[in-house]
Amino acid sequence: MDIKVTVHEGRGDVYVVELGGEIDVYTSPQVRDAIGELIDRGIYNLVINLEHVRYIDSTGLGVLIGGLKRVREHGGSVNLVCTNPQIRKIFDITGLVKIFGIFEDDDAAMKALV
Amino acid sequence: MNEPRPQPDAAVDVVELRIPCKPEFVAIARLAIAAVAHRLSYSMDEIEDLKLAVAEACTNAIQHASESPAIDIRCELTDDELSVRVRDFGRGEMPEIRSRPLDEPRVGGLGVFLIRALMDDVTYDMHPGQGTELVMVKRHATEPTG
Repeated sequence: MDIKVTVHEGRGDVYVVELGGEIDVYTSPQVRDAIGELIDRGIYNLVINLEHVRYIDSTGLGVLIGGLKRVREHGGSVNLVCTNPQIRKIFDITGLVKIFGIFEDDDAAMKALV
Repeated sequence: MNEPRPQPDAAVDVVELRIPCKPEFVAIARLAIAAVAHRLSYSMDEIEDLKLAVAEACTNAIQHASESPAIDIRCELTDDELSVRVRDFGRGEMPEIRSRPLDEPRVGGLGVFLIRALMDDVTYDMHPGQGTELVMVKRHATEPTG
């Protein structure tokens, strides 16, 4: 089981976190740490790209929600990139589509933040 | 943990798996349930639903019954449905067992909500001092071929 986390600068003050693999109770702490590290550095506008995520469970969703709550305290936000129908379905079922901005690609997700 | 296993029923095929109650083994439960569901010709969408529901049940056990030495997963296969029993051997108490709609972003409680949303029937049995058992059923949308 694998999880890949890559962080790079985006447009303006936005950072992009690209995730790949499976996000579950075993791997989600790595994602939480990567997002937490950015927030600790004062980066409050994030695009989290889930394009290469094959699987996400409630612990992964919890990490995303936790990150969103933290950046909102500083006036920031989190937008997601997600085109995988199975992953998108989980956001639909849980109602998280109302909480996160969900976009087709990094550009659109960044544009909505800056 | 050493209770006698139910006697095999010729009308029901049974697949059993025991995993340690640890995060790194949940992926094995996902793989196993995917293989079982594939054998029963469930669609890819249904297989993904089953993987997530079973993994959520295991994750619940890991988070709320970490003292349990193992998680038992028992799949009962019939022509019409797949029934999965996920059992831990913890205290038999879970702090948050109800499903709920999401009124606001909240970190906890999504697992049970997802299980109820993805499966056709879900029941819990809590046995104080002995563990918690969750039984979930996914019915066939199409006729099995195997």
